[in-house]
Formats: sequence, structure tokens, C-alpha cells
Amino acid sequence: MAIKKFAVAAFDDEAVLFPAVKKVRSSGYKIHDIFTPFAVHGLDEAMGLKVTDLHIAGFIYGLCGTSTAVGFISWIYTSDWPIVYGGKPHFALPAWIPITFELTVLFAAVGMTLTFCYLNQIMPGVKKHVFHPRQSDDMFVMVIEITKHMKEEEVIKFLQSTGAKETSVQTAEAGWWYGRWDKKEPYELAAG
Amino acid sequence: MHLKYESFVREPLVDGNKTYHQVSEDIIGPIERKPGRMWYVGFFFSIILLCYGLFSVSWAVYWGLGTWGVNRTVGWGWDITNFVWWIGIGHAGTLISAILLLFRQGWRTGVNRAAEAMTIFAVMCAGQFPIWHMGRVWDGFWVLPLPNSRGPLWPNFDSPLLWDVFAISTYFTVSLLFWYCGLVPDFSLIRDRAKTKLRKLLYGVASFGWTGSAKNWQRHEALSLVLAGLSTPLVLSVHTIVSFDFATSVIPGWHTTIFPPYFVAGAVFSGFAMVNTLLVLTRKILHLEEYITIGHLEAMNKIIVLTGSIVGVAYLTELFISWYSQSWGEMAAFQWRIMGPYWWSYWAMMTCNVVSPQLFWVKKLRRNVPFTFFMSIVVNIGMWFERFVIIVTSTYRDWIPGSWAYYSPTWPEVGFYLGTFGLFFTCYFLFAKYFPVIAVAEIKFVLKTSGDNYKRDMQAIEDMDESEFIQSQHAHHEEEHHDEVVAHH
Repeated sequence: MAIKKFAVAAFDDEAVLFPAVKKVRSSGYKIHDIFTPFAVHGLDEAMGLKVTDLHIAGFIYGLCGTSTAVGFISWIYTSDWPIVYGGKPHFALPAWIPITFELTVLFAAVGMTLTFCYLNQIMPGVKKHVFHPRQSDDMFVMVIEITKHMKEEEVIKFLQSTGAKETSVQTAEAGWWYGRWDKKEPYELAAG
Repeated sequence: MHLKYESFVREPLVDGNKTYHQVSEDIIGPIERKPGRMWYVGFFFSIILLCYGLFSVSWAVYWGLGTWGVNRTVGWGWDITNFVWWIGIGHAGTLISAILLLFRQGWRTGVNRAAEAMTIFAVMCAGQFPIWHMGRVWDGFWVLPLPNSRGPLWPNFDSPLLWDVFAISTYFTVSLLFWYCGLVPDFSLIRDRAKTKLRKLLYGVASFGWTGSAKNWQRHEALSLVLAGLSTPLVLSVHTIVSFDFATSVIPGWHTTIFPPYFVAGAVFSGFAMVNTLLVLTRKILHLEEYITIGHLEAMNKIIVLTGSIVGVAYLTELFISWYSQSWGEMAAFQWRIMGPYWWSYWAMMTCNVVSPQLFWVKKLRRNVPFTFFMSIVVNIGMWFERFVIIVTSTYRDWIPGSWAYYSPTWPEVGFYLGTFGLFFTCYFLFAKYFPVIAVAEIKFVLKTSGDNYKRDMQAIEDMDESEFIQSQHAHHEEEHHDEVVAHH
């Protein structure tokens, strides 16, 4: 993945952050990401992020669970080893509802959580660049990529004018992907 | 900026003058410090209990289940009583984290982490009983639908006992995932604060490399909401299926359709009691009184009086139906339950579960911490007796008077039960030391609407009259718009 240069602005209040996001976007800068200590509602919308489709994945996983349970049990009881239990028919669907329900929930929950980890690129042992040591505590950290066409000082000056408490320029991994972590920091800026 | 505002009718969820950073300090601080003496003493006793439990179980496995007091008539004794008791306790955590999330109950944020941990540990304890009750526990995997050389012979998918295997393992897995998803951002906070190398490494691994990116948070919210939606019917299904273990069998006292809702209400009842037991101690020892406020305890006491009353109605309904059915077997079962040799267990149940929680109608008592603690113990004792009453007093006098029996536990059964307390508290003590016992990110999320200091700031707005308020809001918008225009130029 590419190693890039970033302008970093740390805000100490989400009430200042929201107007700042608006200003940054309307001035034509592209926000790389914003790191917050908790889920700030409406921030994704303000940044122009798309709504996540994670819940659709969950629905599909759930359907897989349902069909696994019904398919497996009915195969066993109607063809593989048909036994009469308590005078019930071989295809005793009502009696399978509890297990079908449980497997639906299990598949949906496990599948969604794994998808969540995959999409977010998180798993035990992963180490990502932390732009501000207090971004998990009380700072809201906005990161803007500095391209060749932008002047560092100008971006920083602009960010300060939006109400940022602290600003800095950092070089870091941009698009992070599994398999690349714990490389020595600070990163060397790639040529070109 | 939109106005963050919450009615003054609701009392603050976080007391004192808190900033985001102060919240981190208060909750993460105890993890970074050495634990107090109380912690070491408690942890030591838990380990001793756990060892005694291990010894008792090993004894029963080595010599066989003949060492237990169960007999041909009372096949389920303390083991299944304890199983249902623990699994019931394990309901409060998911109820708080899932159902109250869907109902948008803000007060859940202060207690959900500890309650979910309690759920997971309680389910771990509950799981021990059916496993070791198998006797030949090395054949335990036979309950799983695995291909085998015996046919393949599959387990009975029409049996509630197998449904239970699926229900409890699913419940445990989903609760664990839900709990851990909430923990990941808080672990990243500990990682970023860490001063020692080892702590940075361990919490770095535990935090999965979480950074709090906006997109990640968006997915986190979506995941939490769906997991809450899945857990809500799940938590109701688990105790429903546990009640099916009894309700689908043709035994007077068990064969009733009221069991599923009655069991679920009882589970919530005992679960909240256990949450109160733990939180009253936790808030005191870790000095978290400003996060787990009297208001939180009161909210849980309200649920206790509600579910206690539901359980009471269920007990009376059972009695009425047994008379109304005019089935001699049913009537005899309930007559012996109330007046037979086990009368004391029935009346202990009635007193602890139905009568004593009614005291919580009094507001002063609901908000009294020592009384809350005392009642939480009483309710837990009562709910243990409920399971004992259902299991033992329905079976000890069966269809043939010649096989009527009296059951009392032997030391390995008692030791096993004590051992699960050891397991539970060992886990809880480790949790209280190494994990954030309050969901830091969630507290920060509600802080500006429900924090005491922020609510006080709203007093100025509260005092304005309507036209004044509209004007001030309008002026604010103008200002913002002006800023934008300036920025644009």
C-alpha cells in the first residue's frame, strides 16, 4: 500500500468538529478519515460516507443458517436415518423450529462479526498507525491527505482556522490491508 | 449545530463534573493501578472454591454418579436446579445490552458491560451441570450431530434436550461476540494510554488494531444494532427452550403451557438480582458511584418488582389450573408441593420471590443501597428454591407410591455447586481487574446529553421563554451561515 503524507488536525469538541468538516469539504479538500473516541452520530453523513451494507450481509448469513438447519435435519430424518420419535412424522417441521432459529441467529451473528472484522481490517495482532495518542480518549482527529498539488503550510493554516486545537504533518500507511503491520515507523515517503 | 437536549424529568446518568478525559481516567485508572487488598482476598477465596469444585467433580467422575444423591425417582437434583438457576442469571446481561438498546434506554450504558460479563460467566457455570451430569463425560460429544461409525446415528432433533444444546451454545457465542465487539474500542483506549510495554502489547492484541475510524464506527453501530436485534429473540428463546425440557414431558407439575413466559420472567428477575449484587460491590470497590448511580440501581429494582410480580402471578395461575383441570395427578402434585415433606422449599420460594420484592414499591427502599444488596441476595435464594421446587417436588412422588423417595444432596453435589461460584467469581475478579467494567465509549456517547454538568448547563435554556429560545436559535444559525461564507472566500 502507498505511504502518504497527511495533515492531521485534532479537535477537542464534536461541536467544533462538525462545522469544520463542512468547511473542509466545501473548500475542496478530501477528508481521508476522522478518528473519534466513540461513535459520533451524524459524522458519517457529514463526511459523505455511504451507508454500510453490513446488515444485508447479516441477513444473507441468517438465511444460510436457516437452510443449513432445515436441509440437514430433513435429510437425516427423511432419507439418511428415518426413525419414528414419539409417533411424530419423519418430516416433523414444528419440532425443528427451535434449532432452525438458533442456527439462523448463530450464522448471522458469527458471519456478520467476521465480515465486520474483514471490512474494517482488524484482527488480533494488527497494528495501525495512530495519528494522535488521544484519539481514543478525548480528541477528534481529522486527517487530510497532502497531495503533490497542495502546500503543507496552507493546509495546516486552514485547519487551524477551523478550530483545531493541535495540528501536525505525518507520514503513514494510507490504505491499510491485512499482512502489513509492525513495519518500522516513521515511514519513508515513496518516490513520486 | 443541532441542540443536544434531554428532559429534566430524567435524572443524570453520569454524576459530577465529567469531561471525556475524566471518564477515561475514572474507568481505565483502576486497570492501570495495582488492585486493593479486597481484590486479592476475594480472588483467593474464589480460587479455593474453584479448586474444591474441581475436586468434587473429579470425585463424581471417578466414582460415578452414584456418589450423588439422585435416585431412580428424583433423577434431576441439585445439578439441574443449579443449571437452570445459573442460566436464568445469565439472562440479565443480554436483556440489558440488547432489549434495552432497542428500547433506547440510556441507563443501560452504565451497567451493560458488567452485566454482559456476568451473563457470559453465568452461562459458563450453567454449562458445567449438564456436561458433568452425563456421567461418562468422555462420550459428551455424542450430543453433537457429527458423522460417526454407529450408523451414522444422529442425535434426536425432536428432543428439547438437544434444542437446549443448540440454544445454550448459540447464546454463549452470540453474547460473547456482542460483548467483545463493545470491548474492542475500549481496549484501544487502554492501548493508547499504556505506559508499559507488556500492557501495550497485550491490549494491542486485544483491541484488534482498532483506531476509531469513522467508517469503522459506522459499521460498529450497524453491527451492534443487528446483534441486539438478534439477541432479543435469542434471549427469550433460551429460557423458553430450557422450560421445554420440563413442559414437553408428561409429568404433573411440569406439563404446563405457562412455563415459557414464566421461566423467562423468572430468569430476568434473578438475573437483575445478580446484577445488583455485583454492581453494588463493584461501584463501591472501584469508586464508580458516579457512573453506576442510585438511579441505575432504582431502575433495576423496578424491573425486579415487575418480574417478581409476574412470577407471583404465574405461581398462582399454576395452582388455579391444577384445581381447574380436576386432574387428580395434577392436584396431588401441587398439594404435595405445598404441604408435603418439601413444604419448606415451596414457602421459601413464595416468601423470597413474591412477597419480599413487593417492598420495592416504596421509593425510599428502591434507592437504598444496603437494602438493594440485601434484596438481591434474597431474590437469588428465592429463585434457586423455585428451580428446586419445580424439579424435585414434581418428581419425588411419582405414579407408583412404592417408588416414592426423598432426595437430599451429597457433598460432591454441594461441592460442585460451590465450585461454580468459584468459577464465576474467579472470572469476575479477573474481569474487574483487567477489563473496563463500564463501556467507556458508550458513556462518552451519552455524556453530553445525560451528564450531570451538561444537564446543569441546559438550565439557562430551560429558563428561557419560547420566543426568546427561538430567537437565540435563529441567531445561532445566522452566525454559522456567516462563518461558512467567510470560509468560502
